[in-house]
Amino acid sequence: MTETVNGAVFLALSFATIGGAVMMLSTRNVVHAAFWLLEVMIATAGLYLLLSAEFLALVQVLVYAGSVSVLVLFTIMLTLRRREDAIRPFEPGWSAGVLAALFGGAVLFAAERFFSQPRPGVMPETVPDVAAFGEKLFGTWAVPFEIASLVLLVALVGAVWWSGGEGR
Amino acid sequence: MTIMQPVGVLSFVALSAVLFALGLYGALSRRSTVMVLMSLELMANAININLVALSRFSAPAEMTGQFFAVFSMVVSAAEIGLGLALVLALYRQRKTVEIDAMQELKG
Repeated sequence: MTETVNGAVFLALSFATIGGAVMMLSTRNVVHAAFWLLEVMIATAGLYLLLSAEFLALVQVLVYAGSVSVLVLFTIMLTLRRREDAIRPFEPGWSAGVLAALFGGAVLFAAERFFSQPRPGVMPETVPDVAAFGEKLFGTWAVPFEIASLVLLVALVGAVWWSGGEGR
Repeated sequence: MTIMQPVGVLSFVALSAVLFALGLYGALSRRSTVMVLMSLELMANAININLVALSRFSAPAEMTGQFFAVFSMVVSAAEIGLGLALVLALYRQRKTVEIDAMQELKG
């Protein structure tokens, strides 16, 4: 008995992520781009649910869809003086597009060529739940967890320091 | 019924490769610093999908990929916070967020 990922759900979610990314890069309004990024993040949380990583899906919605997009929107609002400044000029960037297409094509080719998979679509059934995730996080991964909290603290202080007022 | 058949790890790798290429294009081509930072987030997102998918299909009991994805999320959250603070600090000095305005270190 093995578990599988439903193809139709995967197709819908991957269409949502890739379509959202394309719309984010093709729209000329920065505010619209921020909302398309939010849509990509929520679709990615759906992909995590498909991969039975419930805690990661929750963290994704909380961190990316919740705080990062609000941060981006606040920065856009603080750095625009007029409403018309949100509309960017058309900037295709052909050389960057060629470079990115070459990179993506190379990765796709390498994955198709060198990925050996015994039976496509079959994945192991044993999936630990969120409780096992927490036990491992505070057992095996306790030291990296503390280092990560230190990184976040330093980033917080640095962000306040950089963006702080003139009064220093 | 080809659309309903189960999906393998290769599909997830391909999806994350396409997302990463789109983010790379955005990070290299945009002139607005906020758009560059958003494209960086897109690339970090693609990496996280890759980590979680490979962990799920190879050794789900270990969950190593999920922990790596959590720590990668921490780093990218710190990165976007610091990056946006830097954008605000530069906007206060230059009154612009164009990336062309930041070229003191240009040789």
